[in-house]
Amino acid sequence: MAGLELLTDQGYRLDGRKASELRKFQARMGVFAQADGSAYLEQGNTKALAVVYGPHEIRGSRSRALHDRAVINCQYSMATFSTAERKRRPHGDRKSTEMSLHLKQTFEAAVMTQLFPRSQIDIYVKILQSDGGNYSVCVNAATLAVIDAGIPMRDYVCACTVGFVDETPLADLCYAEESGGVSSLALALLPRGGQIALVQMDARLHQDHLETLIEAAMTACKGVSKVLDEVVRQHLQEASVHSRE
Amino acid sequence: MATAQVSEAEKVYILHGIRDDLRVDGRGCEDYRHMEVETDVVSNTDGSAKVTLGHTAVLVGVKAEIGKPRPMIPDEGYLEFFVDCSANATPEFEGRGGEELGTELSNTLYKVFNNQHSLDLRSLCISPGEHCWVLYVDVLLLQCDGNLYDAISVAIKAALFNTKIPKVHISSDDEGGKEIELSDDPYDCMRLDVENVPCMVTLCKIGHRHVVDVTLQEKACSVASLVISVTHKGVITCTRKVGRGSLDPESICEMTEAGKRVGKALHSPLMKLLQQEESLGKKRQKVGFLG
Repeated sequence: MAGLELLTDQGYRLDGRKASELRKFQARMGVFAQADGSAYLEQGNTKALAVVYGPHEIRGSRSRALHDRAVINCQYSMATFSTAERKRRPHGDRKSTEMSLHLKQTFEAAVMTQLFPRSQIDIYVKILQSDGGNYSVCVNAATLAVIDAGIPMRDYVCACTVGFVDETPLADLCYAEESGGVSSLALALLPRGGQIALVQMDARLHQDHLETLIEAAMTACKGVSKVLDEVVRQHLQEASVHSRE
Repeated sequence: MATAQVSEAEKVYILHGIRDDLRVDGRGCEDYRHMEVETDVVSNTDGSAKVTLGHTAVLVGVKAEIGKPRPMIPDEGYLEFFVDCSANATPEFEGRGGEELGTELSNTLYKVFNNQHSLDLRSLCISPGEHCWVLYVDVLLLQCDGNLYDAISVAIKAALFNTKIPKVHISSDDEGGKEIELSDDPYDCMRLDVENVPCMVTLCKIGHRHVVDVTLQEKACSVASLVISVTHKGVITCTRKVGRGSLDPESICEMTEAGKRVGKALHSPLMKLLQQEESLGKKRQKVGFLG
């Protein structure tokens, strides 16, 4: 381990959380008037903004249209000032292209695309400040934005990044933990059916531990879904009070 | 640029309104929309600000890095600008769609802000010819509803006001080599004097009148506009005509006068607001997106 003790003997992590504790969520839906759906999500110090346009007619080449379902188009980008070291370009590099693809796959699994044949749904996510777990924060923010746009989904998509240290799974990693040489796993879950929309792990891990890690990730995702559900309910309540007035 | 679709009838309605100094949203010709300014919104920058002007929303982050001064001006630091027209603002900007507008905007920003008159660039110098501070000013468009220049310039001024550059100590060792040491104390920092930083005012020619702070709808009715950068003293530092139409010299003079008046009036409330926000310190309620 690179000098840092990621988990103390007392069971506390670098930022004082317990192993299975999530970071603080702060969210707001409907931040922008021009987009069909938008949401802003802070998960600890990671801040993401998601915007949804659509469903609308296919833009650009018509040959991309699918006769039986909607095309989901994702773009992931990071603000140039979002990381500690300044980034040269906000999108178009290999990492963000990969991230866009992952987001697309995740939302193809969740959105009821068959209801909108020959159309397109755009999901754009932007990381404004990055402190680990970028993929999961983007998925969670995009879920809120899709709900705000009123696009039917099978379920909330909730994502969480978990790591494995000293035989203990750590939920919702921050940047210091992610870069500290932990084998981490990102998982997107449709919590009600327990279906996994995306799972990704690039590090080495013994096969025997995989099950515990996935189990921990699923529990964390269910926690996330509870938080998101609360956000949506509160937003709806506020919106309905406004419309009644 | 992002455009709105406006029908002929709507155009006539907007034109007739402006002729009588009454705009679609009830403003007069020289009135701005409701503006919100918030500083210190992104914590891993050295200075940041978010400005919303009607539906237009801009986020600016300033990062200070140590670099080498330009060979022609060894005793000054410099600013680098980048405008990110993200797809969040409008789907037209997806992929490379926003690059053209981004380059146009950032080139104007270089001309307006990166000179000795607007900012004391000498104070950014650490050791002449060797090290200086480079301020990377990154503009992020979150939502476009016309009048980008004005919103961006206000946001840049606010972000520069908010910028805290760590103090450095230069110590030279026995062999004459210099070593730069950054101060560990986060409160031991240098602030920039933003008094002379200009604000940009865009005036759109609609019919025979010129209008400040146009929405996208109104922009669709105008043929050409003039961007003017004005300092707090009313000195004009830059003008440029944008848009596809043409302007006659007489109206350019009139627009410059109006721009000067509007721009001058913009500075003092902005500075007052920034100082007020600064004095609140940690007690300030963060509004941001969560307001």
